[in-house]
Amino acid sequence: MARELSQRADIRSEIMEINLGPHHPSTHGVFRAIVELDGEIVLSCTPYLGYLHRGYEKTCENKKYHQVIPLTERCDYMGASSNSLAYCLTVEKMLEVEIPERAQVIRVIMAELSRIFSHLFWLGTHGHDIGAMTPLFYMLREREEIMNLFELTAGGRLMPNYIRIGGVAKDLEEGFIDRLRAFTNHFDTRVDEYETLLTKNIIYMDRTKGIGLLPLEKAISLGVSGPMIRASGKAWDIRKSEPYCGYERYDFDVPVEYGCDVYSRYLVRVAEMRQSNRILKQAIHQLPEGPFIAMAPGKIFPPQQDIYTKMESLIHHFMLVVEGVRLPVGDCYQSIESPRGELGCYIVSDGGTNPYRLKWRAPAFVNLQALPEMSKGCFFADLIAILSSIDIVLAEVDR
Amino acid sequence: MNQDHIKEKLSEKFGADALQFETCPGQMSILVPSEKILDICRYLRDDPELKFDFLTFVGGVDYYPAKPRFELVYQIYSVSNIQRLRLKSRVDETDAGPACIQSVSKVWMTADWHERETAEMFGVVFRGHPDPRKLLLPDEWRVHPLRKDFPLLGTEEDTPDLPS
Repeated sequence: MARELSQRADIRSEIMEINLGPHHPSTHGVFRAIVELDGEIVLSCTPYLGYLHRGYEKTCENKKYHQVIPLTERCDYMGASSNSLAYCLTVEKMLEVEIPERAQVIRVIMAELSRIFSHLFWLGTHGHDIGAMTPLFYMLREREEIMNLFELTAGGRLMPNYIRIGGVAKDLEEGFIDRLRAFTNHFDTRVDEYETLLTKNIIYMDRTKGIGLLPLEKAISLGVSGPMIRASGKAWDIRKSEPYCGYERYDFDVPVEYGCDVYSRYLVRVAEMRQSNRILKQAIHQLPEGPFIAMAPGKIFPPQQDIYTKMESLIHHFMLVVEGVRLPVGDCYQSIESPRGELGCYIVSDGGTNPYRLKWRAPAFVNLQALPEMSKGCFFADLIAILSSIDIVLAEVDR
Repeated sequence: MNQDHIKEKLSEKFGADALQFETCPGQMSILVPSEKILDICRYLRDDPELKFDFLTFVGGVDYYPAKPRFELVYQIYSVSNIQRLRLKSRVDETDAGPACIQSVSKVWMTADWHERETAEMFGVVFRGHPDPRKLLLPDEWRVHPLRKDFPLLGTEEDTPDLPS
């Protein structure tokens, strides 16, 4: 129908080129695209990136291994804990340290909270992009609760900077588990509430069903991962296929949709929030007593309390700060399922105290590459819906 | 599908002398000759048993001042077999021109942006790339920031903020 509308013989038309962004509210950052329009129909869309390029990988090459952690969280600030988790897992794999049970469960809690956190904000802004103003206010309410949880135990609200090589920075704050339990108990009913706003909303369905089609074959060839590929009909979740942090001990489903469109991506993300809540409930139940960071002198920072009371711990801490940890020569790739897809970290070590090379496989960067493919032949207004359905974080795209 | 089987199949097809197998903990990586990269990638994707249909990333490593200088890393994945594999290939600059290798964007579409990024960051040329523009850096930059001889802080002369 779209094509017929634009090709009427009695109307003179020529191709128009317009500039979307870099400062457009729908781009959630600074992203620019040159869009060629035939009437209202998008003929082609050429993305221009790099407005937020900060030389992240180069900076990492010049930092010690422990100093990289806060930098990673500034890549994808929406799912901050996932980033530091991916990085720490890679370093731990090279150091071959065993992570204590309690730390594993705390990491899962942080990772799942940041997944809900990210999906909530996505849902709010996605509705906003399409013209539904209300959802954002609902989402921000629960997002605030999660930020309070982060603040309680880690100090930071947006970027907790809580995960460390070998475990987590400190033990959970008193009262954290009670407040987390209260959150998980009411969160499912909150998701029901969100669904009343959009899932059966006829305007929303008209705007999103059949829009931004990405067939599975294309999705795989384009390297798309995360909720986007699950909305194209592939139940691929790294938490299931290559479990890390003990995800194999949790009982959860991988939501799949077969519509390949914006609406399917919405359904997958909403279902994922419910699954994350399910994982959180099990994590509270599983949380064992014990140390929150591995004991590996010379490799991992000792707990703060020990530094004040034990001579050896003080020496190890001093040496780690002054010299840093040395990783064995070699390379390693480790990936996790971040809220946006496969988040991977590839480290090459020359045996020194800095990464010789650190390559960040950012899911938003790869997923964004599918935009021209998905937007061809749709209305310009739909381009905004499609862009929003990718769930990009520009800080991660440009690094 | 285990690592030995992949090893066998590849050695059979391309000759064991050409490929160098490295073992990393829990991961497999193969050093392949740069002129064969496109053939090997196509074979890995199309073989009905191997089915490496997903390219995770393409990256580069600069081993300056060692020779050959650049190592290109292709991390690939088989969605159906849940198997990861890393291909590496070494290239070097010559007097005739910059280091170059064939583009694999015909094999996996996702290689497009990864190769554009690697090209601008290291100054490696991907031959046959459909759209060899810069991706993250300004068009007028003639420098390659991820090279090891690129200054981190820079002096007034070689800080490339402005085109010369």
